[in-house]
Amino acid sequence: MIETLSQPWPWWVAGPLIGLIVPLLLLAGSKQFGLSTSFRQICAATAPGQIEYFRYDWKRGMWRLMLILGIIGGATIAATLLASPDPIVGISPATHADLETLGINDFKGMVPSEFISWSGLLTLPGFVMVVVGGFFVGFGARYADGCTSGHAISGLSTFQFSSLVAVLGFFAGGLVATHLLLPLIFGAW
Amino acid sequence: MNERRILLRYVPLGVFLGIVFTKGEVISWFRIQEMFRFQSFHMYGIIGSAVAVAALATWLIKHRGMRALGGGEIETKVKPSAGLNYRYWIGGSLFGLGWGLLGACPGPIYALIGNGVSVMFVALFAALAGAWAYGYFAPRLPHH
Repeated sequence: MIETLSQPWPWWVAGPLIGLIVPLLLLAGSKQFGLSTSFRQICAATAPGQIEYFRYDWKRGMWRLMLILGIIGGATIAATLLASPDPIVGISPATHADLETLGINDFKGMVPSEFISWSGLLTLPGFVMVVVGGFFVGFGARYADGCTSGHAISGLSTFQFSSLVAVLGFFAGGLVATHLLLPLIFGAW
Repeated sequence: MNERRILLRYVPLGVFLGIVFTKGEVISWFRIQEMFRFQSFHMYGIIGSAVAVAALATWLIKHRGMRALGGGEIETKVKPSAGLNYRYWIGGSLFGLGWGLLGACPGPIYALIGNGVSVMFVALFAALAGAWAYGYFAPRLPHH
């Protein structure tokens, strides 16, 4: 049982299970799945300043912070008790080849640890991916009023046109990052 | 039931999500690259089937007039369906830039921290700085 669960899960198992979180949150207390609002809450709790966007009752979204604590704990369980026997990610050979051309050689774990690691922060690609990438994830998600969970999953599943526009934006930005910015910062342009 | 005990019910839901995010490799930088290079169905299958299950279940909840635990009414639509507003396509594209570089959206940032990828604390801090900058500049950004 544990052996089966320790293998990476195929999309047709992981996808429907992620989808189930939407009705589970609705039934648990009429909550809408969306995680990037937590950034607004944390800013409001720690450094609201005189900024109107952060002067609101962030504690009303305490349930979301509880959900996130759970995510961190669940991920730790998955990484330890259910750790995959093979640490090398099973991506398509084409992606593997493309990323090698870019200059990535270590395919173990969840991130390319030559760059996305503490020592990797001292490299240009590592710094841009973690710091600049992180900044835009936070800025963009709040500007767009939602991220992958709020727009792509909650929004699309309730047929909201604004979420479709946001998701198309996510992909446009991701394609630019993948096909223009990554080659640029890796010097493979 | 007091408020604190009600809040505790969201922790196991998060644990469930953290396990699925990790085992489904949604938090893998490599999987996100594979998606943006159109070289595998994996991430499309995950997002697509998640949306399908969520849509079906939400429809069922509304159609049956189901109520939340404790009897509260269930509200399923909170975002105004405002269409082509600037905030959705500009904000969305900027988010996508970050997603493509970092290879993780907000949920996976937290899940990677749980996976022991401790440099994601830096990514989280950068994301908080980004959110703060949005709040600071929001009055001057085009939204509608």
